[in-house]
Amino acid sequence: MAENNRAVQKLKEKFAASIIDVVEFRGEVTVTVAKAAIIDILLFLKHSLQFNQLTDLTAVDYLDKKEDRFMMVYQLLSIANKDRLRIKTAVTEADCSIPTATQVWKTANWLEREVFDLFGITFDKHPDQRRILMSDDWVGHPLRKDYPLQGPDREPYKGRLS
Amino acid sequence: MGVDNPLGENVLTTSLDALVNWSRKSSIWPMTFGLACCAIEMMAAGASHNDLDRFGIIFRASPRQSDCIIIAGTVTKKMLPVIRTVYEQMPEPKWVIAMGACACSGGIFDTYSVVQGIDEALPVDVYIPGCPPRPEALLFGLMKLQDKIMKERNSFGSSIGLGERYIPEAA
Repeated sequence: MAENNRAVQKLKEKFAASIIDVVEFRGEVTVTVAKAAIIDILLFLKHSLQFNQLTDLTAVDYLDKKEDRFMMVYQLLSIANKDRLRIKTAVTEADCSIPTATQVWKTANWLEREVFDLFGITFDKHPDQRRILMSDDWVGHPLRKDYPLQGPDREPYKGRLS
Repeated sequence: MGVDNPLGENVLTTSLDALVNWSRKSSIWPMTFGLACCAIEMMAAGASHNDLDRFGIIFRASPRQSDCIIIAGTVTKKMLPVIRTVYEQMPEPKWVIAMGACACSGGIFDTYSVVQGIDEALPVDVYIPGCPPRPEALLFGLMKLQDKIMKERNSFGSSIGLGERYIPEAA
């Protein structure tokens, strides 16, 4: 169970107030944490629990949830302990920003640029926050659920006319 | 004797249009612009089995040496300025072939990031349907382009300032 996971136990000892939820599903442990403590938790995971690799960083848009619309997802790997951990934290639409993880793992640079490009979440103190996939003059963030699939300048597809 | 006068006393009469068009259609040099899976079929058409060289079609890697651009694949909005630049770098006269469903109409990619047909940006001469078209279809399209070139009138005269160039509506 997730409660027996060594990393989860250590996290609960040190950041008891910031842990919102712990879930284990098919051997994958997911810890949902508060946004305010995200960098402290990531630093602790890297330096004290040997999660030395950030395998992926992305976001999810839950359009229906007005309070916590976006969910940042950090996929961590500890090569030394052969262990994986998923850290999630909610980002609101009103305050659509989060501290950058580049201060913990350098590889977060381009991954955060992709999240900024496609979801419009800004990263505080990011060293190079530019669009990475869309052209520089693009307006909008296409992976947001309220972005029209066929682009804002086109009539949406409503099925075959015949 | 023969060495001094190898062709004998021959005279060929033809129209200037026929001569110019014949020489142009017999040496279509396409700019390679492979963008997706259509590029694989375009390469297959250029390789020995189908052998575009026998039509005088020799792929060029520079737009300065090309007179035809084969848009082979999905055109994203991010790639469109590059295609425009390459097309503008090609010397006149120049022709455009839209190869495959994506270049013709956007194909299955009915999304915000894909141009819904290259004819939004370039004047297309030949549309080749298919996903991707087989090399035979590309050959047929190139032969259609040759037919269209043969129907042009006064393209040489207009380039030296004599009259208007006439381009047929449909091949």
